[in-house]
Amino acid sequence: MKDSEDKVGGVVENTPVNRKGAKTVPRRALFKMGLVTGVAVPMATLGSAALGQPPNRARPQQGDFLVFEEGPHQGEVVRPELLELEQKPVSALARDPETDTLRDGSRLNRIMITLIDNEKMSERYRSNAAEGVIAYSAICTHTGCDVINWDAGLLRMACPCHESQFDIYNGGNVVGGPAPRPLAMLPLEVVDGEVKVAAAFRGRVGFTQQF
Amino acid sequence: MKSRSLLSLILLLCTGSLFAQSLPPYNPVTEERLQNPEESNWLMYRGTYDSHGYSPLDQIDTSNVEDLVPVWSFSTGLREGHQAPPIVNDGYMYVTTPQNHILAINARTGDLIWRYVRYLPDDLQQFHPTNRGVALFGDRVYMATVDAFLVSLDALTGEVIWEVAVEDYYNGYYMTMAPLIADGKVMVGVSGGELGIRGFVAAFDVLTGEEAWKTYTIPAPGEPGSESWPGDTWKTGGVPVWLTGSYDPEYNIAYWGTGNGGPWMGDTRPGDNLYSSSVIALDVATGELTSHHQYHWNDSWDWDEVSAPLLIDYERNGETVNGMVHPGRNGYLWFLEREEDAINFVEADAYVYQDVFTSIDPVTGRPEYDMTKKPGTGYEASFCPSLWGGKDWPPAAFNPESRLMFIPANDNVCSTMVGEEVQYSPGRSYMGRGTSENGGFFVRPGTDHVGELQAWNVDTGERAWTTTFESQNWGPVLSTGGDLVFMGGTNDRYFRAFDSNTGETLWEQRTNSGITGVPVTYTLDGKQYVAVQSGWGVDAQREQNLLNMAKGENHYVPQGGVIWVFALPDE
Repeated sequence: MKDSEDKVGGVVENTPVNRKGAKTVPRRALFKMGLVTGVAVPMATLGSAALGQPPNRARPQQGDFLVFEEGPHQGEVVRPELLELEQKPVSALARDPETDTLRDGSRLNRIMITLIDNEKMSERYRSNAAEGVIAYSAICTHTGCDVINWDAGLLRMACPCHESQFDIYNGGNVVGGPAPRPLAMLPLEVVDGEVKVAAAFRGRVGFTQQF
Repeated sequence: MKSRSLLSLILLLCTGSLFAQSLPPYNPVTEERLQNPEESNWLMYRGTYDSHGYSPLDQIDTSNVEDLVPVWSFSTGLREGHQAPPIVNDGYMYVTTPQNHILAINARTGDLIWRYVRYLPDDLQQFHPTNRGVALFGDRVYMATVDAFLVSLDALTGEVIWEVAVEDYYNGYYMTMAPLIADGKVMVGVSGGELGIRGFVAAFDVLTGEEAWKTYTIPAPGEPGSESWPGDTWKTGGVPVWLTGSYDPEYNIAYWGTGNGGPWMGDTRPGDNLYSSSVIALDVATGELTSHHQYHWNDSWDWDEVSAPLLIDYERNGETVNGMVHPGRNGYLWFLEREEDAINFVEADAYVYQDVFTSIDPVTGRPEYDMTKKPGTGYEASFCPSLWGGKDWPPAAFNPESRLMFIPANDNVCSTMVGEEVQYSPGRSYMGRGTSENGGFFVRPGTDHVGELQAWNVDTGERAWTTTFESQNWGPVLSTGGDLVFMGGTNDRYFRAFDSNTGETLWEQRTNSGITGVPVTYTLDGKQYVAVQSGWGVDAQREQNLLNMAKGENHYVPQGGVIWVFALPDE
């Protein structure tokens, strides 16, 4: 049921539901019930566990390993020498080094990796690469499809849904199709020969719903 | 119908000008009204259960259509494919948009009554960001959502009465069709053929939302037809149902078109793959699949046949055939006969250039293929028409007076495809299509157009006329008793009216965007209106990208949805 405050100028907003179809209580209602408080929490404790999110659903975290999700090295930790220069990007996932949890609990965690010529990388994004290894979110910013196609001639990642194209040498910028924003880029570093996540995604993962 | 208009007029006069623009009482939608809709309204996706897309209204006709002018318009504020028809019930108009908004509008004034906004999950992927409209019953509105829910709302307030999860979007299921309501049930089919789903049609109690039945389009092992799917391929074989079915109240049977099998290459699932690329007949009481006809077997071209056949009785050899007609995505025009428990083949011929079928069995209708035109895993082949077929989803229409059927067709464009191995992972792309040069798309050399509007006489099986467009055509068709055909669909943003007997363009209006919306017509207070959404996107735009590539052009079609309403000027 809607209360009168949910109607603005004749606009009715619906009640969000979870994936199983059960109605959830709108956040606004929680505020009214006093359940959402402004209590300050020290930032250091605000990890995924503190928010009750399963660690496999959390986005890649600084210090995570990268693991091949497909191809001949499926399941192995990514090392630069396992990739070929400007090969078709392959799917990878982050893995928590402490618990060995593979962050496969959300499709928004899927990333695509390949090896680039560092000299050709736009300077602005060069520090996100690690010994030539780069990682972009696999999720298209248009309508959320997996960006799994590859234009080997133009070195562009491409979306099979609506032909959006992304420039791997320029921070995943849009160079074709309807996508409104670049792919989110995941900064990497190499530690003891292994590729690790250096920082959280640069940019927002996925599509933005219009209202 | 006329008496109701008169009554409305009386009430209006009695209440005076103060309430002249107020909303009339809501007229509940009954099964009787759905079976025999008043010509003043447009109560369902194609206007009537037989999917004719026809209205007998004739105030706007060939003699005066040139005077048609916009009455009001309404911006939806959204991008992508605005494909839904404005559904009209005695002054109330309901329009859906991409992202599953519903706009309830006062059809007289263009004022918003309420707006439903659906909050979609962040991890949703939308292969086809669109929706094709609401269904009405009682005092409720029904919508199938892109995150695979069925929602029932109060028609007057927009309040959600219930919603049920039809399937789990995370596994690739989604919905874009307008629901079909009949026999106390609301029926929907699922999209997701690109994502390794197992397609089905499901029915829910129209009042409570309780599931009544669920019939898969791919038989499980042991069921009839299961021998046409090797191994476990049936579990992820696609065969979606993503357009509203036709319905025969006499038989209580709904006829649904089904999609192609997945992955796209037929050699990954050797066999006929029943009931892919077929029409299936479902008993609405039980969900039982009572009969089917497969248009083509073991598809490798992405030619899904999801358009529901138009239920048309036509003449053949001096006799009336209790029939149905389907302009196939495979480029053939199919004439079938229907019985209570059978669908019989009558005849089929190509209506666009088609180079795959080498013959059609005169008894069964089963086509034989030129196997060099059938792509496979590691085998690249070119074929015509393109993967979007002779006609994709935009619905054809029929004029029962002139006996002409109108097909929004695309000719002279072809595809090149090659398959690559693909592993199933829930909710991920499961097409197995490799990369081909120029996006795997080309225009036949020496041809001068792509889009067509074709008219076929269903009693003779012969083409009456063809109007051509240089642009591709993604325009759903409306046919009216004024001997008019309304259609947009081209990349120049025009909405047009054609003389339905000659194909001549009699009127056109340039709009904000390209039109892939389903046009409708209705009356208010006795005056005829025509309404359509303009809002280009989805596959019309995808084809534009590929045409630009093929022609070396950069034709731009602006996006953004607007509802347009047209009428003749007041005298």
